Amino acid sequence: MKQFRGQALSWQVQTGVIELALHREPCNELGSLSLGEFERFAAALDGLEKDAHALILYSDLKCGFCAGADLRELYERSQTMEKSQAAQGVRDFLERIHCVLNRIDAAPLTTIAAVHGVTFGGGFELALACDLIIADKMARFCFPELRLGLIPGFGGIPRLKRDLGNSVVRDLLLTGRSFNATKAQQIGLVSQVVAEGEALRAARATAAQIGKFDQQTVAAAKEFIKPIPLDELRKEIDIFCELFSRPAVRAGLKKFVESTDAQPYLP
Amino acid sequence: METAEKTLDEILTLAAAHFKVSREKLSPDEDFFKALGIDSLQTLDLLTKLENHFRVELPDYELQGVTDFRTLAAKIQARL
Repeated sequence: MKQFRGQALSWQVQTGVIELALHREPCNELGSLSLGEFERFAAALDGLEKDAHALILYSDLKCGFCAGADLRELYERSQTMEKSQAAQGVRDFLERIHCVLNRIDAAPLTTIAAVHGVTFGGGFELALACDLIIADKMARFCFPELRLGLIPGFGGIPRLKRDLGNSVVRDLLLTGRSFNATKAQQIGLVSQVVAEGEALRAARATAAQIGKFDQQTVAAAKEFIKPIPLDELRKEIDIFCELFSRPAVRAGLKKFVESTDAQPYLP
Repeated sequence: METAEKTLDEILTLAAAHFKVSREKLSPDEDFFKALGIDSLQTLDLLTKLENHFRVELPDYELQGVTDFRTLAAKIQARL
């Protein structure tokens, strides 16, 4: 399917570049609806890759790239299900989203996340699955999961560890602080910082440059330098599910969902 | 080296311009969430604007509980 317009995301192929746009209000929260459409995209990728050398992920929403997992959906489901049923549901969700992100991570084309505004939690993890992150200067990144008594569950820690030094990973994870695009570039996460509203344009220019190279060589280089940390990704799901079973997590989710605080991502 | 008063003045000017409110309506000891009418996502925007403008890092946990422009200016001043 060369073109798709869903409720959470859309894609199209233009001049050898697949553009995947996120557009689920309020800020592209990743829940069952988004996951279903991402799975549809992952299935379509086999065909799309034949006509493309790059994939750009971006958000159509002003608020930012993606605010992460849909915590309201997670909370509501955990309220209506038996504990064991909810735990299995979480594991299934994680397994499915890992499949999607691993597919994007290993795609034999160059993947670029063009981000702006809020790029938190699962949204950050989505960007980390890409080969390059291009950020506008108002982009802001954060792993706030510890506030809920959880760790990032969409592959964040293994992918951060792959890309950055362990001390930087500890800082980002253990403090849960948010940081801007300049800082993200300083620590090696972001390849380009551009003016407000310019991330997608810069990503398109980068994709056009990459299109000049022999794509078999690009794919071989990528496979060589970007191994998928599969064992650690499996371990992450296990740790997340173990933590999720504790009452503190439900309390944390409840607090977040009911919060009217200006900084609800802080404990 | 910026003085505390200059830092405060720049914050007020920047916040007024970014959130399109009159600079004259903002006062240093005012609750900026109310004065600017901003939600959690816009608060992040303000934080990023301030960091970019003053070229500092402001860990959000240091700003937790800070609600007025004057205290915000002091937090920034401490990192200049």
